[in-house]
Amino acid sequence: MTGTVPGLAYRKLRDRVIETLLLGAALVAVFTTLAIVVVLVRESLPFFEHVSLRDFLTDTMWTPLFADARYGIMPLVAGTMVTTLVALAVAIPCGTLIAIYLSEFAPHRLREIIKPALELLGAVPTVVYGYFALMMVTPFLQKLIPGLPGFNMLSAGLVIGIMIIPYVASVSEDAMRAVPTYMREGSYAMGATRFQTATRVVVPGAMSGIAAAYILGISRAVGETMVVAVAAGLQPNLTWNPTEPAATITAFIVQVSLGDLPHDSIGYQSIFAAGLVLMLMTLVFNIAGFTLTRRFRQAY
Amino acid sequence: MTAQASLEQIRADVGRRKLFDKLFVVVGMLVMFSALLVLAVLFIDLVQKGAPRLNLDFLTQFPSRKPERAGILSAWVGTSLIMLTTAAITMPVGVAAAIYLEEYAPKNWVTAIIEINVTNLAGVPSIIYGLLALGLFVYQFNLGQTILTAGLTLSLLILPIVIVATREALRAVPRPIREAAYALGATRWEVTAHHVLPYSMGGILTGMIIGLSRAIGETAPLITIGALSFIAFLPQSPVTGEFPFLSFAWLKDAFTAMPIQMFNWVSRPDPRFQINAAAAGAILLGMTLLMNGVAIWLRYRYRKRINW
Repeated sequence: MTGTVPGLAYRKLRDRVIETLLLGAALVAVFTTLAIVVVLVRESLPFFEHVSLRDFLTDTMWTPLFADARYGIMPLVAGTMVTTLVALAVAIPCGTLIAIYLSEFAPHRLREIIKPALELLGAVPTVVYGYFALMMVTPFLQKLIPGLPGFNMLSAGLVIGIMIIPYVASVSEDAMRAVPTYMREGSYAMGATRFQTATRVVVPGAMSGIAAAYILGISRAVGETMVVAVAAGLQPNLTWNPTEPAATITAFIVQVSLGDLPHDSIGYQSIFAAGLVLMLMTLVFNIAGFTLTRRFRQAY
Repeated sequence: MTAQASLEQIRADVGRRKLFDKLFVVVGMLVMFSALLVLAVLFIDLVQKGAPRLNLDFLTQFPSRKPERAGILSAWVGTSLIMLTTAAITMPVGVAAAIYLEEYAPKNWVTAIIEINVTNLAGVPSIIYGLLALGLFVYQFNLGQTILTAGLTLSLLILPIVIVATREALRAVPRPIREAAYALGATRWEVTAHHVLPYSMGGILTGMIIGLSRAIGETAPLITIGALSFIAFLPQSPVTGEFPFLSFAWLKDAFTAMPIQMFNWVSRPDPRFQINAAAAGAILLGMTLLMNGVAIWLRYRYRKRINW
């Protein structure tokens, strides 16, 4: 018998068509990235025709919506950095501690319950966290720090820190669990305690994954919008003092979007320039993370 | 130094090191439970403060300048329709992309580029998606500030989440199942559609729910595309009296959504609006926690039931 299976040609053709469709869906990710770059660059080009790059980077005032407009991005970058640093001051110690505890100390059943519960902390809508920062954390902080303004970067940063704990903890924990058991056993055999094994064998061994977790936390904190828009005030303010109100890059974009600016106004273009800076900052952190991960990578 | 003394020294040393161990357990538990306590306190506080408004009226009234008469009707209807749109776009695109990457993709530079892009997109701040949508959907494609634009934006935002979750689910299906099907003469698509997909449905569904729970609370991208917070009308009904009984005119309607309504109330100085904000926050948080709870339960159930 030499005949082929009936319908085989049709089935093969169908497979080819479907494969092309699937590839098309996968390429959406590539097009999205391209579109982000194109839109940000194209829409902010008119802005940079109007404002010199030098002014943009060195001017200390950001008032694109005022009659006497100044276009220095530094106040927004400073605001972003301060809230991010406050957030990291919370998330890195807490997240790392939780990761070490869950990976090295917690009983299996407890970990199975705690891990998803912690992830809920990262699932809370950010606007709800904004409410939390403004209505609960700030009044509490005002009791500790007299004269703290109602809008301040400290409370926004603290809340962002709580928000990113699960990202830091979960990725670090995965990295620590990937450290092979025989390394722990070697350490125990030398008479080390659990704590010593955790801090001197497991953490150094998992450093590349832990660095990746920190970087993930940083890019979350840098891009966080609603918490700062609600709780940190919307006034650009070049300061490194977290108890002052200030706007971040993201908060500025929200503030402008809430108004009704015409498409060709400089205010409209300025949010794309701000977005471009934000994107570049995230990119820098991601590249740094990638390099760090490479540097610390250990072959078992 | 006598042997006695050094033994005592070692004992003291071991004792101290063991104390460190115990201290660490206490500190670790303390940090962990304080983090979880924050979540509990937040939810309880929202429910308590919002209690005066947590009733049926709140759900059936439009926004208003009078805080005690303002409700979230247009907000929850808007959120539901946006979620419907987002799910309808993300489900096919996300699952198809994941199937391609996991089952079809050859090892070449195209695949590598796609994979790098999916990973990077997961780390792009949500407000950047808002700017993308403003430049592309609103002004380039002239879709306006509509439910369709919002749905498309949030779809792009959660696409990486859905792709990653779906790939994990597909990867969990053992190779022998695929090989058995190939041995019987099935084509690649038949293997995928008849065997791999049904087995991984639980994981895909979980990823989808997690993605939507992220989308439901997203505020920044919607504000960026220009969502209004004062909408005192409903979008056109998706169900009509005449044939074909379904209408998609609502896709082109203006909208508001739960998180935007809440943001609007939070940013008002009048403390009476804060009660509304708390009530809206309680509902929003409740919905997010519920979706995540369902996802966790699904994951747990599927993991328990399947024994390869």
